[in-house]
Amino acid sequence: MNVQNLIVSSLRHSVTEVFSTMLTGNIEFEDMTVEKSTPEVTDRVVSFIGIAGTWTGTGSLTCSPNAACRVCSQMLMADFDSVTEEVLDAVAELTNMIVGNLKSDLERHLGSLGLSIPTVVFGRNFKTKCAGAEWIVERFRWDGDDVLLRVSLRPGDRPKAVPDQSEVFALDV
Amino acid sequence: MESNILVVDDSAAIRKILQRVLRQTGMAIQTIHEAGDGEEALALLQSNKVDLILTDINMPKMDGLGLLAALKRSADWASVPVVMITTEGGETKVAEAVKLGASGYVRKPFTADQIKEKLAGILEPAQPL
Repeated sequence: MNVQNLIVSSLRHSVTEVFSTMLTGNIEFEDMTVEKSTPEVTDRVVSFIGIAGTWTGTGSLTCSPNAACRVCSQMLMADFDSVTEEVLDAVAELTNMIVGNLKSDLERHLGSLGLSIPTVVFGRNFKTKCAGAEWIVERFRWDGDDVLLRVSLRPGDRPKAVPDQSEVFALDV
Repeated sequence: MESNILVVDDSAAIRKILQRVLRQTGMAIQTIHEAGDGEEALALLQSNKVDLILTDINMPKMDGLGLLAALKRSADWASVPVVMITTEGGETKVAEAVKLGASGYVRKPFTADQIKEKLAGILEPAQPL
């Protein structure tokens, strides 16, 4: 298994677990893609969490304001129809759970990893960029709403904590 | 006897979810206090008595492990059970929490049943009317 396949498999498992436990609705995954740049964001909510350790990078979730409000409404069992601080907080926590579970899965293969505190952005016509990153992009539909998960991960500067990984984990992207 | 609980998490959403879940467990609960990080939790404990603390690990300012260590060093709070509720499923953080004296560990995402199961034996169930 290469790292790309490991990330996709872990990401799908994590999304399924988090959505089935904390939210309701149907998840339909689309094909994974690898992208070198991030598209212009129009009227979307975007969250980021940094990953550091034996491998370093970023996990990101992008969704529509409507999907963000649905996340918050379901989590808190109250109605939210505009992007408030509570809605941004709920999206941050959703991202934290998804990337946190991904991180726990990856740690078993890649060695120790840590997560940053999530950052959430909501706005119109803005771009995001992570220097030199290639993104593994997983799209899925959540009851008709498009949700985008992106992960960029590359070996860190420190030696790997898990011995004898060289034959298994070539970054095949 | 009704218990007082402190929930520590930088996510207001998770604090609200835990408030709801704790009320659903059937445990005898008087007050659920909230704090957004370890420092805020320690400040709140200066003027409030609690019987149980549920805390996230990954938080700004003082994280959950820092809070746990501070509590276990304190003569006033060392005996209060602390349950970690976090996405941190890694062996290292869990082992560190156990070594510091955590009473248990629940991984996010969690269900009400998982919280109830973890707290059974720590808090008393509510008395039937």
